[in-house]
Amino acid sequence: MSEPAVIAEQLVKTYGEVKALDGLDLVVPEGTVLGLLGPNGAGKTTAVRAFTTLLKPDSGKAIVGGIDVVKHPEKVREIIGLTGQYAAVDEYLTGRENINMVGRLYHLDSKWVKGRADELLERFRLADAADRPAKTYSGGMRRRLDLAASLVAQPKILFLDEPTTGLDPRSRIELWEVIENLVKDGTTVLLTTQYLEEADQLAEEIVVIDRGRVIAKGTSETLKDSVGGDRVEVVVREASMLEPAAAAIAPLGNSEPVTHDVDRRVTVAVSGGSTILVDVVRSLDSAGVVLDDLALRRPTLDDVFLTLTGRPAEDDEIEAAKPKKKRGRANKEAT
Amino acid sequence: MSASVATPARASGDEPVRSSRPLLGWHVHDGVVVAKRNLIQTIRVPELLFFSLVQPVIFVLMFAYVFGGAIPIGSGSPDAYREYLIPGIFGQTVAFAAAASTVGIAEDMHKGIVDRFRSLPMKASAVLFGRTIADAARMILVLAVLSITGLVVGWRIHNGAIDATKAYLLLLLFAYTVAWIGAWVGLYMPNPETANTAGLLWLFPVTFISNAFVPLGSMPAGLQAVAAWNPLSAMVLACRELFGNNLGQTDGLADKYWSLQHPMAYTLISCAVLLAVFIPLAVRKYRTSTSH
Repeated sequence: MSEPAVIAEQLVKTYGEVKALDGLDLVVPEGTVLGLLGPNGAGKTTAVRAFTTLLKPDSGKAIVGGIDVVKHPEKVREIIGLTGQYAAVDEYLTGRENINMVGRLYHLDSKWVKGRADELLERFRLADAADRPAKTYSGGMRRRLDLAASLVAQPKILFLDEPTTGLDPRSRIELWEVIENLVKDGTTVLLTTQYLEEADQLAEEIVVIDRGRVIAKGTSETLKDSVGGDRVEVVVREASMLEPAAAAIAPLGNSEPVTHDVDRRVTVAVSGGSTILVDVVRSLDSAGVVLDDLALRRPTLDDVFLTLTGRPAEDDEIEAAKPKKKRGRANKEAT
Repeated sequence: MSASVATPARASGDEPVRSSRPLLGWHVHDGVVVAKRNLIQTIRVPELLFFSLVQPVIFVLMFAYVFGGAIPIGSGSPDAYREYLIPGIFGQTVAFAAAASTVGIAEDMHKGIVDRFRSLPMKASAVLFGRTIADAARMILVLAVLSITGLVVGWRIHNGAIDATKAYLLLLLFAYTVAWIGAWVGLYMPNPETANTAGLLWLFPVTFISNAFVPLGSMPAGLQAVAAWNPLSAMVLACRELFGNNLGQTDGLADKYWSLQHPMAYTLISCAVLLAVFIPLAVRKYRTSTSH
């Protein structure tokens, strides 16, 4: 009926030698949620910054709400809302003052903004803290305030750049609910994330990007199917057991087992649900492998990435810095 | 807005009501909104405000009592030096408004808040106007505290309220002007920590190579010329004349330097020129760092 809310055509942005965007193409139909999925440095934030007029692409086209971002940035700013990776709130201002300020800078009527601020504070469960400086807020409250501020002008198109990164699981689920309600109200959302579960939860369509270009797209189901179903993951007692373990479970999997030296982990794609675990334990046992942990889980971004690009989603440095090594538990919380 | 954007159904809230165009235009409107935010910050960090008031007071006391006897002015008595000193301290203090702007802008630029501002349909200049307006406005309070301190140590206003008001307005204009230079410097700072140090550096020669603390007659010829053409010297001299603290401190140099002969006119011209240069420079720098 109407043209898409967001269009990118061959977007290119280079920083020195690095191509942050390398011919990015995507389309977000009006009233839908698109999840832009990729590891750190894939170009997600650069893409969002290009759509929200924060940077000029070197070449290519970005159209938001039917308006060319490069030609009429000021018109684009009137119809979008942005919540970035770092909560863009003024910590000395109260929650209410933050929303009021943003509303005034959207050039909205001051009386209307006051009413809108009350409504948003109520809706995002910040009413009790409304008159406290944002400095005193928890991480989750700051994100909610940030999101509330970006909604003050009722933007038709909302950009969320890793909205839940750094949040604890409870705050993350709360924020998901808020976003789901916005979508019900008809807002178009482009959301970036590093978490497949998050895209899974919120987005109808997922676009996976790497090194500034699209490497896969589809619904979360099609993406998961494309990587060969569930994963069995075993953690062995001794690093020397990695190879025997991989060899033992290889016949049971749909893919070559992948070994990770750092945390003595072997992963393989399987089908057949939980019954496969019995076979895995049996063959590992007969190979004399001692286990620390064993789990069956849904594919993650890492798996999608490994399958699509042949390398893990995140380099070891980042991987090691992330405190989510206890895979079994982390996954249960997230899904 | 483009006609091609259909309005989606929305469950909550009325359609946003746009504000009508304000009398003074959006530049002023947006600048004032941001200035208000900066002033609220000042109130919310009372410790910072307190120490920014204490510092010039300490300067008054040190110069009045430590250097006072050593710098001969007028009759040569320490009392005369105190009369001479206070407008100088006023000048130095408003000049240091620039350092606050440098730090403030550097902080804004390195926090998430600047992305928020840049994605809003506000005027890009508002971040800079808001900063400079707030920093100059804060000087009203600082000058009030300093004036009281001055009165306590023996400084007096001799020429009545109208001239005194002119002097204070001149000081605020000067504060606003240097705040723009400070804001421009702040845009080049790699981080707020550097801004804290670098923002002050250029202010030391500007305030000390002047007549703020010592008479120009005591300086070697080359330095004297620099000091005489320093807009701060002209402004301080104009204030001394307006407050009636004129104690023959030009040492007959007024004939030699036009800036000292017409201190008020020279100050106004300097501020106009500096604003005409630094407002566009700063706004352009802000814009280009916006879209790299």
